[in-house]
Amino acid sequence: MNPIAPILEVRRITKRYGAVTANDQVDLSLYGGEVHALLGENGAGKSTLSKVIYGFTRPDSGEILLAGKQVVVPTPREARALGIGMVFQNFMLIPALSVLENIALFLTDLPFIVHPKTIEKRIREFGERFGLVVDPSAPVRQLSVGDQQKVEILKLLLAQARVLILDEPTKVLAPHEVSALFRIFESLKAEGYSILFITHKLREVMACADRITVMRQGRVVGGFGPGEADLDALVTMMFGGQEAAEQLEPAERAVPPSGVGSILELRGASCPAQGSETVLRGLDLTIGAGEIVGVAGVSGSGQKELGDLILGLRSLSVGSKWFCGVDASSWSIARMRENGVAFVPEDPLLMAAVPGMSVRENLVLGTGSRYWKGVSVDWSALETAMGESFHALAFPVPRLDPPAGALSGGNLQRIVIAREMAHKPKLVVALYPTRGLDVRSATSVRDLLRRAREGGSGILLISEDLEELAEMSDRMFVLYGGALVGEFKRGEWQLEEVGHLMTGSRGAAHA
Amino acid sequence: MTTPLVLGVLAGAVLSGTSLLYATLGETIVERSGIVNLGLEGLLLIGASVGFSVTAATGNAWLGLAAAALAGGLANALFGWLVVTRMANQLASGLAMMFFGFGVSALVGAPYIGSVIVGLPKWRPAWLASLPWVESTTLFNYDLLTWVAIPAATFVWWALFRTRWGLGVRAVGESPAAAFAAGRNPAALQYQALCSGGVLAGVAGAHLSLSLTLTWAEYMTAGRGFIAIALVIFSKWHPLRAIVGALLFGGTEALQLQLQARGSEISPFLLEMAPYLLTLVVLLAWGGSRRLAAPASLGRTFYGSD
Repeated sequence: MNPIAPILEVRRITKRYGAVTANDQVDLSLYGGEVHALLGENGAGKSTLSKVIYGFTRPDSGEILLAGKQVVVPTPREARALGIGMVFQNFMLIPALSVLENIALFLTDLPFIVHPKTIEKRIREFGERFGLVVDPSAPVRQLSVGDQQKVEILKLLLAQARVLILDEPTKVLAPHEVSALFRIFESLKAEGYSILFITHKLREVMACADRITVMRQGRVVGGFGPGEADLDALVTMMFGGQEAAEQLEPAERAVPPSGVGSILELRGASCPAQGSETVLRGLDLTIGAGEIVGVAGVSGSGQKELGDLILGLRSLSVGSKWFCGVDASSWSIARMRENGVAFVPEDPLLMAAVPGMSVRENLVLGTGSRYWKGVSVDWSALETAMGESFHALAFPVPRLDPPAGALSGGNLQRIVIAREMAHKPKLVVALYPTRGLDVRSATSVRDLLRRAREGGSGILLISEDLEELAEMSDRMFVLYGGALVGEFKRGEWQLEEVGHLMTGSRGAAHA
Repeated sequence: MTTPLVLGVLAGAVLSGTSLLYATLGETIVERSGIVNLGLEGLLLIGASVGFSVTAATGNAWLGLAAAALAGGLANALFGWLVVTRMANQLASGLAMMFFGFGVSALVGAPYIGSVIVGLPKWRPAWLASLPWVESTTLFNYDLLTWVAIPAATFVWWALFRTRWGLGVRAVGESPAAAFAAGRNPAALQYQALCSGGVLAGVAGAHLSLSLTLTWAEYMTAGRGFIAIALVIFSKWHPLRAIVGALLFGGTEALQLQLQARGSEISPFLLEMAPYLLTLVVLLAWGGSRRLAAPASLGRTFYGSD
């Protein structure tokens, strides 16, 4: 393929959210009949760029050209009129409606009286042409995720889109569904459709992309033409090359105390998944006293499920969970927490705080019966204890009266961490504890986790920030597709190796 | 049971089922768009009193019917302004609308209490009248609203399930965000659903005063609005199943009236409870499966995309 002029071109797109620049002068061109992979770590700005192209988000500056002509895309409606279609990460389908109804809802040329037969014929026609065979009369809620994705793509094709943007389409797919999707890409390509394929999985990019653009921290950091890319170059580009590699070198740190008892042990722990969750497969994991165990992985590899499993939010289907030498496989959440498990969840607003309740009330939630005084709560004891915790973290003590929902993400994260760390937990399960925090707060969270380690706590640190993991961890695991695919002792890990395992591009021992 | 009793119950089931059916159809459209209107009782009262007053004042029951339909549509447009435009809580707004309906209907109807009107004309095809046992009863002696009740339910089904508009309404009730992403206007669709639902509720109220009782009395609906809300659940938000539900509930009411008229030994208080007991039974029986059939976004306020 040797395209002459790009069908879609974006020039100097810039988009800021507050102080964060999600897209910084981004250029990208897409040709007819190609699969163009947009590769980058989480937060690199890929989704923002795709939403700008689809008119879902308005850029601060920059321009979009379609077939050489400048176009304005203020809302998705205009994008569709221009033949640009997008499949969102979490889909936009209505589970209760049938495949046909979901597709009909999207069509611009739908007559007032819907003729199911006509639409059904078109669905079957496109389905057979591109390998997107779905039963038009089936309710969407009965479809597998792979089939739902087919419906999303069919929707765009029937609405005459020529440029298809797919935001992390493989995130929710099983391996065989991924290869089916790539076959669909091939047949679409052959008919001249252009596909912008957003992902952070290297192996997939190598398998299907004609050209690759790599983004990091809101900028385009490089690109590869057909056949030019190789894995090592991509990994270096994605994770920031040599500077990051240097920071990944083990920092000076005493060898962790050996021979101490394990705080938490998972033995062959598995749990099934619902919907778009990740299945956990046979996890063996031990967290000792006075040890920070890091878990690296791209998002959606099973981090949330792992945290939930340890806290008891979901139960094991196979295997067992041991807490301080006692079988805790069937313990309730309350029992885990009473025994000293602190939990910093992935999404504090959803899982650790009630937005409509005051900060003070949120601080007492999850502390069990510790501050009960008769039928009331001993607010002054609570405030004293929490004040000390904030102090230990060097966080400013927040105002206690406003509702938690009024706080910024970073402030809320500080409150959750202060609460969870207030009572000398035996085990800390922290998912992305420094996400959304400024540099100083992030540093004090890391200091506190280290101090908890010196005090004999076991810490499970789940993060996407490789630098943070390298700095903190005594041991590091890599989670990929719901399985632990690599284990490194401090000083043994290499950036490339970890990056490859995280993206599943090499030697992953998963199904 | 004697044959006259059975025929009496059947005739009564159809007569009192008619207004239940129109009310249920209206609420079904509204709930399909994701809005719960607990003010249905008030809407029925407005329809009944406006219909009666206009008929009494003009002497034309058709004018009364049209005025009732218009009043129902307007009342629901006001409700829409509250819950769609102002994004007020639907349950609280619905209850407020109900009491508003109590007041408005009492005010409008007060001058006409005791008026004598000529209601909606009724007729019975000759071949049906000549059937044995039928002649002496009111069976098949219906007004236009009753005769077109089943076609009306079929039309509502067709509009909801076979037109572009109905697809949009149902999509909004399931997921306003997805409907919005597909290029629809959720607020406009909800207003349209509310207004057409209000018209049907107005018609339902008018049928009570212009055909069933031929009088106006305060709070004459006696909970029919709430029974209709329960019937929406009973029929699983489906207009055609609502026909069965309306007949069943109309029949329960007719049966208790017939039993009372015949001097049954069961306490009249117990008998009068029958339709409401049946409502409780339906809600209990359907309770668990409700989630499967209810519009996913029912009762939730859509605050826009993002």
